[in-house]
Amino acid sequence: MSEQKKQSEDELLEKVTSTEYKYGFTTDIESDTIPKGLSEDVVRIISAKKNEPEWMLEYRLKAYKSWLEMEEPNWANINYTKPNYQDVIYYSAPKQKPVLDSLDDLDPEMKKTFDKLGISIDEQKKLANVAVDIVMDSVSVATSFKDTLAEKGIIFCSISDAIKDHPELVKKYLGTVVPARDNFFSALNSAVFSDGSFCYIPKGIKCPMELSTYFRINEAGTGQFERTLLIADEGSQVSYLEGCTAPMRDENQLHAAVVELIAMDDADIKYSTVQNWYPGNAEGVGGVFNFVTKRGICHKNAKISWTQVETGSAVTWKYPSCILKGDNSIGEFFSVAVTNNRQQADTGTKMIHLGKNTKSTIIAKGISAGKSDGNYRGLVKISKGAINSRNFSQCDSLLMGDKCGSHTFPYIEVKNNSSKVEHEATTSKIGEDQIFYCNQRGIGTEAAIALIVNGYCKDVLNQLPMEFAVEAQKLLEISLEGSVG
Amino acid sequence: MLQIKNLKAGIEDNQILKGINLEVKAGEIHAIMGPNGSGKSTLSAVIAGNEDYEVEGGNINFNGKNLLELDPEERANNGVFLSFQYPVEIPGISVSNFIKTSITEKRKAQGLDPIPTKDLLKMMREKMELLSIKQGYLSRNMNEGFSGGEKKRNEIFQMAMLDPKLAILDETDSGLDIDALRIVANGVNKLRSADNATIIITHYQRLLDYIVPDFVHVLYNGRIVKSGGAELAHELEEKGYDWVTNEEDKKWA
Repeated sequence: MSEQKKQSEDELLEKVTSTEYKYGFTTDIESDTIPKGLSEDVVRIISAKKNEPEWMLEYRLKAYKSWLEMEEPNWANINYTKPNYQDVIYYSAPKQKPVLDSLDDLDPEMKKTFDKLGISIDEQKKLANVAVDIVMDSVSVATSFKDTLAEKGIIFCSISDAIKDHPELVKKYLGTVVPARDNFFSALNSAVFSDGSFCYIPKGIKCPMELSTYFRINEAGTGQFERTLLIADEGSQVSYLEGCTAPMRDENQLHAAVVELIAMDDADIKYSTVQNWYPGNAEGVGGVFNFVTKRGICHKNAKISWTQVETGSAVTWKYPSCILKGDNSIGEFFSVAVTNNRQQADTGTKMIHLGKNTKSTIIAKGISAGKSDGNYRGLVKISKGAINSRNFSQCDSLLMGDKCGSHTFPYIEVKNNSSKVEHEATTSKIGEDQIFYCNQRGIGTEAAIALIVNGYCKDVLNQLPMEFAVEAQKLLEISLEGSVG
Repeated sequence: MLQIKNLKAGIEDNQILKGINLEVKAGEIHAIMGPNGSGKSTLSAVIAGNEDYEVEGGNINFNGKNLLELDPEERANNGVFLSFQYPVEIPGISVSNFIKTSITEKRKAQGLDPIPTKDLLKMMREKMELLSIKQGYLSRNMNEGFSGGEKKRNEIFQMAMLDPKLAILDETDSGLDIDALRIVANGVNKLRSADNATIIITHYQRLLDYIVPDFVHVLYNGRIVKSGGAELAHELEEKGYDWVTNEEDKKWA
């Protein structure tokens, strides 16, 4: 290594390590200062901690007041002990994971999973928060990434920064698709959201790369109450990746995120999620409760496509939806939801057709194993004015073993007679004959199941960006390991 | 290569194979014929390790290994290949992906790295040519929407790719028209070598016009009741199975 290069590397190392230190220090202090429980004071403290403008505080307080009047929904087909909302800490600065000296210090179970997922050593170090070398790497990647985006006028930052730096955009759009009082969890999120992402794509701009929270500086750790606002202005295009295939442990059991997408005329948003929060142990103890409200609005000729691979959490309550307001707009929902052991998922979508000639497609694939329960719940609503609209829904369930459950709850409302709605549903089991056939070709039973499941999910996995799809495939394999005895 | 001794097997309480003895040496082709329900497909399933069948007695030795102690995938990776009478559909998995997985697993079992995709594709093209398989076939999903003939040809294609030591063709001729039969038989003949062996299970003699066996065995009521050379198949075609089975029934009456 040349002397010069060595020196600059040392400098960078120095810089990075010292920044790390400062970061950890402040976090410690802040997390100590907020007491448990939710009250008007707590909402005020959160807003103050984030130095928010008055309008933001008002928004939060209004949401808090709505929340007080609301009741936790219980229509979903899930069973869990409702959290004690006064026993939750509502603000802690972005969590700092302990810094490890090397990968050898990592929990062997985590390490095993990383290896199975085929995550590179460098990436493993980043995910596991191993000190120094990889951080340098991500700084340089992230910097060039920011430059490229800035050139195109794309704004991609934390929502806290957006509130400070782009208040006009946040004020204009926040809560327009998911109003605070939309539901119990969205009200809670609106009152106390800690952080999240903001993204704005200017008119006519095609975002030159996949936007991923993974690359967002300083915000690698996602919060308990995450808030995402994504605006694609007229004629723009963006593909957004959320989540991570690596297992995400979090001692916060309660998660209530809100995601709002706005696709202006002729805009195109593709939003992909891989959710792998800690599902709890085999008995479901300690797993994350994930109550998510995701919704997008499509203006004229716009398109929103949701793709999700849900393998984590003890309880999932999630319905990414599209409001097809503009004529000729398109909504899509592609989902794979895996439940194993004691996991429960109630997930699906809502397609609200308001504009003329609007189209929606729903492909939902559920996989249930162990003693888990998977539910698809979907609404297709075609209003009177949405003439010549179309929907196609396909809901398949795959059962593994005889102790799991799978249910489909499709709701269809059609208010005009020029529209067409199709719904297909299947329930199947992995056949012994399929497994034997694979065995006979040298493929062991675990690998055979993985292969068959991947085939079953192909239509959804194909929607994911290439690299994500490969990881998601491996994730499915791991999630179902040991599910057939 | 393969020695089967006094093999008894069945489903639940129903004994189907009642003491099979068979020896197959490298380089040989054996045909096992017999009327419906005689136990032909059971024999192939038991050799391949289908757990629906219970082995009640006897043993199967394959190149020095006790086959009955191995899992089906271990048998496969040791060189046993079964061409299924009813190939199974695997939706969403392309032929190329399936075969790639299969070959990768086989190589893994042998301690080898996966074969480079380029080499694999080259090999696939060669074997496709051998079996007159059309372009576009590799990206179709395994047996999904395949005609009966396409399914059988897909089995032989996998056999060509996996290069087994022992291939068992279970009723491969059923569902094939005469042209497809000729292509498949031609492929099997080309794959034949001094190091591998083939067992052809069939009801009709027709396939044996194209693949000439060294030995023909008649399976009836769970036992091999008659063995001979290729001419036995012709004799059976002429005289019908009654010729053998009546005699056999008298013996057990």
